[in-house]
Amino acid sequence: MGFRYLLRRLALMVPVFFLVVTVIFFMIRFAPGGPFSSDRNVSPEIMRNLEAKYHMDEPLMQQYFRYLNDLIHLDLGPSFKHANRTVNEIIGEALPVSMELGFYSLVWALVIGISAGMFAALKPNTLFDYIPMSISILGICLPTFVIGPAMILVFSLWLGWLPVAGWDSWQDRILPSLTLGFAYAAYISRLTRGGFMEIRSQDFIRTARAKGLSEGKILVKHALRGGILPVVSYLGPALAGIITGALVTESIFAIPGLGRFFVESATNRDYTVVMGTSLLYFTLIFVCNLLVDILYVVLDPRVKYE
Amino acid sequence: MTRHNFSVKIQGIVFSLFLGCAALAAPEQVFNRGNGGEPKDLDPQVVTGVPEFHIVENLFEALVAKDPKTLAPIPGVAESWQVSKDQKTYTFKLRKNAKWTNGETVTAKDFIYSWTRLLDAKTGSEYAGQGFYIKNGKAFNEGKIKDASQLGLKAVDDFTLQVTLENPTPFFLSLLYHHSLYPVHKATVEKFGAKWTRPENFVSNGPFQLKKWEMNKVISVDKSPTYWDADKVKLKTVNFFPIDNHNTEEKMFRAKQLHVTDEPPQEKMEFWKKDKSGVFHSHPWLGSYFYWFNMTKKPMDNKLVRKAIALAIDREKIVTYVTRGGQMPGQMFTPPGTGGFKPKAVLPKDLSRLQEAKDLLAKAGYPGGKGLPPIEILYNTSESHKKIAEAIQQMLKQNLGIQVTLFNQEWKVYLDTLQSKNYTLGRQGWIADYNDPNTFLDLLVSDNPNNKGGYNNKAYDALIAAAGKETNTEKRLGLFQQAEDLIMEDFPVLPIYIYTRVYLLATNVGGWDDNIEDIHPFKYVYLK
Repeated sequence: MGFRYLLRRLALMVPVFFLVVTVIFFMIRFAPGGPFSSDRNVSPEIMRNLEAKYHMDEPLMQQYFRYLNDLIHLDLGPSFKHANRTVNEIIGEALPVSMELGFYSLVWALVIGISAGMFAALKPNTLFDYIPMSISILGICLPTFVIGPAMILVFSLWLGWLPVAGWDSWQDRILPSLTLGFAYAAYISRLTRGGFMEIRSQDFIRTARAKGLSEGKILVKHALRGGILPVVSYLGPALAGIITGALVTESIFAIPGLGRFFVESATNRDYTVVMGTSLLYFTLIFVCNLLVDILYVVLDPRVKYE
Repeated sequence: MTRHNFSVKIQGIVFSLFLGCAALAAPEQVFNRGNGGEPKDLDPQVVTGVPEFHIVENLFEALVAKDPKTLAPIPGVAESWQVSKDQKTYTFKLRKNAKWTNGETVTAKDFIYSWTRLLDAKTGSEYAGQGFYIKNGKAFNEGKIKDASQLGLKAVDDFTLQVTLENPTPFFLSLLYHHSLYPVHKATVEKFGAKWTRPENFVSNGPFQLKKWEMNKVISVDKSPTYWDADKVKLKTVNFFPIDNHNTEEKMFRAKQLHVTDEPPQEKMEFWKKDKSGVFHSHPWLGSYFYWFNMTKKPMDNKLVRKAIALAIDREKIVTYVTRGGQMPGQMFTPPGTGGFKPKAVLPKDLSRLQEAKDLLAKAGYPGGKGLPPIEILYNTSESHKKIAEAIQQMLKQNLGIQVTLFNQEWKVYLDTLQSKNYTLGRQGWIADYNDPNTFLDLLVSDNPNNKGGYNNKAYDALIAAAGKETNTEKRLGLFQQAEDLIMEDFPVLPIYIYTRVYLLATNVGGWDDNIEDIHPFKYVYLK
């Protein structure tokens, strides 16, 4: 891959990042209500002081430039709601949790998804195909807020094997990562199946078959690389989504991840946290997509970037 | 690994899991509380919410504490107190063995610092109003007086605090339990700024000390060895879990991961009510659920329309079939029992005065609801508020022929809409800040910033002002009754129900008393 291509992609990130900062900054500020509005109103004096504390008494443009300046110094500012925390600290605490949860979920998703997909592709239009694919339809249709509580009911309350919620021991990791991973596994299995079906009709597979290779060997040695390409392109956004968008899973299993901050900050009008988490999400998507593009070149010899 | 080995391992895991669960059930004096949301802070002068209160009431000790059974004022940091004849000067004798967690002694100056801090506009305390009862408190907060020494606070010596009030304030002792009036450690606050509430910096004076704070995960407090009455404290550790998902919380309770929940999910209410194990608790609470009438806009500027609506709501049906948590129909505005006040139940529980409502509406010029400008119920997005609004919508249509539309908004937008009076009927829940009728009735005073309906009645304002100065309890409650009567005449609000507190509490918990203020100091709680 061209080094220049990489550079170009990274250079492109700068103006897009700037645009995202600007749009979010003004959008959240134009939303009705502010970080200090509550159902118990305070006197105008107190409100003025609260606003002064967070520089909200300054003209909007000045606040914007102040934010940009802080951002350049990688300072995301103090949280409005969590008074004794900075946004950097909040992300510093919550991101590792989200990444850990995301990692396990992704492992589940890939292991279950790819093996189910390959299994189905091996004997298409038989029971081996129909059963995993039906389950995957279920996985796509059933939202996490159904799967999660159902798993808790079975594994925690009926069988008593695993804790209901929490994030301390390794046992705490199992149910949430399965819940979150299941939906992704479902997609991945269908994408894998599709990818493999397409690859299997290609000439080079027929050649391999003509050479007398076993079906399993063909699958692993020849078809795998091309077959999982659709999965790879799905992984970019999935990875970003899995890390920041696990709100429901986090809520069901009481996990201290980033997803909750992502949503709560918007409802709290916690301006700095909204900015911080959104920018992080943007960066994650950008980086994940870039990684996927690089992976494409490694996996598919036909793809070249100039 | 052989098959045998593997099964031994599995057994080991299952056994350790079992031990883990058993550890919670055994009286190891580690209490786990489901505590609603993540606290925004633990600074007594800054926090506003109920989850925060549950924690800080155990980390700090007030000047005057409360008996969890009777709610009567009992000695806290103050051993004793004297009230002057005019009820405007309180002299507190502080105990000499009250200590901060760093070993320093709690003195009268600590209270003066903390209360001045509460009133200092720079602190930005949303509860600064709790200090307005202190002489010059309001003027100082508004910047009309710059010199803090003019506040009615005086340290006669290290252990004698003299407080002068603006007016005789009969509920002043009860007010002292409010978190905004807890003492904070000056040197710590000044050294660490906003970060003083982190576990590594935290200094407090209560039965427990802050040990751990992991956001959205847990806040742990341990018994404080420096607390003067530490012998009474039986719990070793209390863990506060910020679980906002009621379903998760309920499941954790069933798996014995929690000893008490914040609230069971509404759809499970019937199930738990029928449960015979004794874990379901429901008791009256000092809270009023009502709708504001926007009196600045047509048609709610018309008293007849407001009254007609107030008489056409079947409150009994709402609490029986909609809220289902044992709530009480809102036949009055102030919850009965607030500070010993028993307001008359004026509004009907059911539709017994429906004809009167119909006549009133006709008299207002809208017979059968004809010609009435559109009415909209504003509420913040939530399944339970929606159900109540739907019930009222249907009742008004059926009973008075009034067409009502529902309008839900996200929390902050709803607050904004309410504040800018851009609504006709707007939902509000109000929980008492202290156990006195004033906490509710003051809400409708014309210049109260929380008076969102625009009620402006000089006679009403005068009654509340007079009650603030009255020293005779009976006369004072009489004044409050007159204020209630005025509300039931003018209808600035539409009372719907009186709150109950509903939660699940493990049966092995002792020292926990259900009370109207929902106060359960962990100083007295233990595991059996």
